[in-house]
Amino acid sequence: MNPLNTLPLVELRNLTFGYGERVILDDISLTIPRGKVTAVMGASGGGKTTLLRLIGGQWKAQQGQILLQRQSGQEPAQDVGAMDRHELILARRRMGMLFQFGALFTDLSVFENVAFPLREHTDLPQALIRDVVLLKLNAVGLRGARELMPSEISGGMARRVALARAIALDPELVMYDEPFAGLDPISLGTAARLIRQLNDAMGLTSIVVSHDLDETFQIADQVIVLANGKVAAQGTPDAVRNSTDPLVHQFVNGLSDGPVQFHYPALPIGQDFEGAVP
Amino acid sequence: MSWFRPADVGFATRQTLAEWGHGARLLLRLVRTAGASFKRFGLVRDQIFFLGNYSLAIISVSGLFVGFVLGLQGYYTLQRYGSSEAVGLLVALSLVRELGPVVTALLFAGRAGTSLTAEIGLMKAGEQLSAMEMMAVDPVQRVLAPRFWGGVIVMPLLAAVFSAVGILGGYVVAVLLIGIDSGAFWSQMQGGVDVWSDIGNGVIKSLVFGVAVTFIALLQGYEAQATPEGVSRATTRTVVVSSLSVLGLDFVLTVMMFSI
Repeated sequence: MNPLNTLPLVELRNLTFGYGERVILDDISLTIPRGKVTAVMGASGGGKTTLLRLIGGQWKAQQGQILLQRQSGQEPAQDVGAMDRHELILARRRMGMLFQFGALFTDLSVFENVAFPLREHTDLPQALIRDVVLLKLNAVGLRGARELMPSEISGGMARRVALARAIALDPELVMYDEPFAGLDPISLGTAARLIRQLNDAMGLTSIVVSHDLDETFQIADQVIVLANGKVAAQGTPDAVRNSTDPLVHQFVNGLSDGPVQFHYPALPIGQDFEGAVP
Repeated sequence: MSWFRPADVGFATRQTLAEWGHGARLLLRLVRTAGASFKRFGLVRDQIFFLGNYSLAIISVSGLFVGFVLGLQGYYTLQRYGSSEAVGLLVALSLVRELGPVVTALLFAGRAGTSLTAEIGLMKAGEQLSAMEMMAVDPVQRVLAPRFWGGVIVMPLLAAVFSAVGILGGYVVAVLLIGIDSGAFWSQMQGGVDVWSDIGNGVIKSLVFGVAVTFIALLQGYEAQATPEGVSRATTRTVVVSSLSVLGLDFVLTVMMFSI
């Protein structure tokens, strides 16, 4: 086995991030194994999307390191937060990201959206760009939709186009920000299978941020649950599902009562209503 | 409790200075992208076509009506002094020195500037700019810079169209309707309008307005809050800030150009 494959592609060490006084991620450490699908789950506002933005170098953490393994595997991993502009550009060319609603360029056709990173980063001749784009679109089942504009396709199709665009440059790491949100059951199942198939066929490493328990547990090799800025659980889907941790138990079973409160902190109800009318 | 709180004043001052600093850095980045933008001139050319087309109709129609009014007002004023033949000169000087660059910039701010702000703001709200960053493509260079240079180039062209159509409007009123001699109309204009001090300064003005209006429109869009309300506010700010900037800059430039 190639020793490179045993190293995690991404490693977070003692990472802290927040806005002003509000801490979103509090001294968390975790690893993203190479070649696997890692699901990041947790309550809304729990820092899952923030985690992706930090790995992509769009935001900078207040403390800690995000170590991205180099392609060669020989040299020490690079800290994304300490990269200069040129290094960050090179690192991002090894990444693809699927945004929640696709983030397709609305003035470009489906074909041109997928061709965009190829045109920006390569000097490939037009004929080769066409072939690569059609291959990527074929992988997501939308070769026939290449002439359509983003306004002419459904939300599920838009996300598949965005996925084709994210893998256009054959990245090592693909990050999915809530890829199943708002999809109908057919599109949802298709999207989930696609993530797994592409990960295995292209030898990718995938990070999937999602709330959809069933689909995500089916495709993930590793599940990380974030809660209150900490890693509440990290392990295989079965291990997380059977966790006895009250917080993880509440999340996995979708319970309204538990460590996560249904009510936003407020005065006792009696006190709030007494004397409300002047 | 006092209404005056020094901490609030300090906070507001710091915030304003930070916004100015941020804006200045963006302008510097846009100026520094000149080489890269003109290497891929196709992107700039598309914006020249797009922004020019957007504003051409409103610029032409406005120019025509401004020319009509200048012809009429000029004639009624000049005939008191027996120099109604000079109406062509008055129309031309008013247009190429002042009204052409200024009114074009104000109309451009309202038509193309708001469109630029809304476009960039919605791209931000739709995470298109973030997606571009994650594709290792700099949105400032790829999206903002071609629009900036497109706006800077297109402004003098539109101002020229405005002035030309305005002069034709003045001709229609003064010569065709009132009956001023056509030869006098054109010859007075030819003799009195200087290529460098009048037309040249007008072109410089419209270039400066092009930088100001396009930059303000792009900055407002780029800094807009990624919400419908945020984009709407940014669009309004574009019109207000651009218009005031154009009028303020016009005064400064006029002082510099014509009083020396």
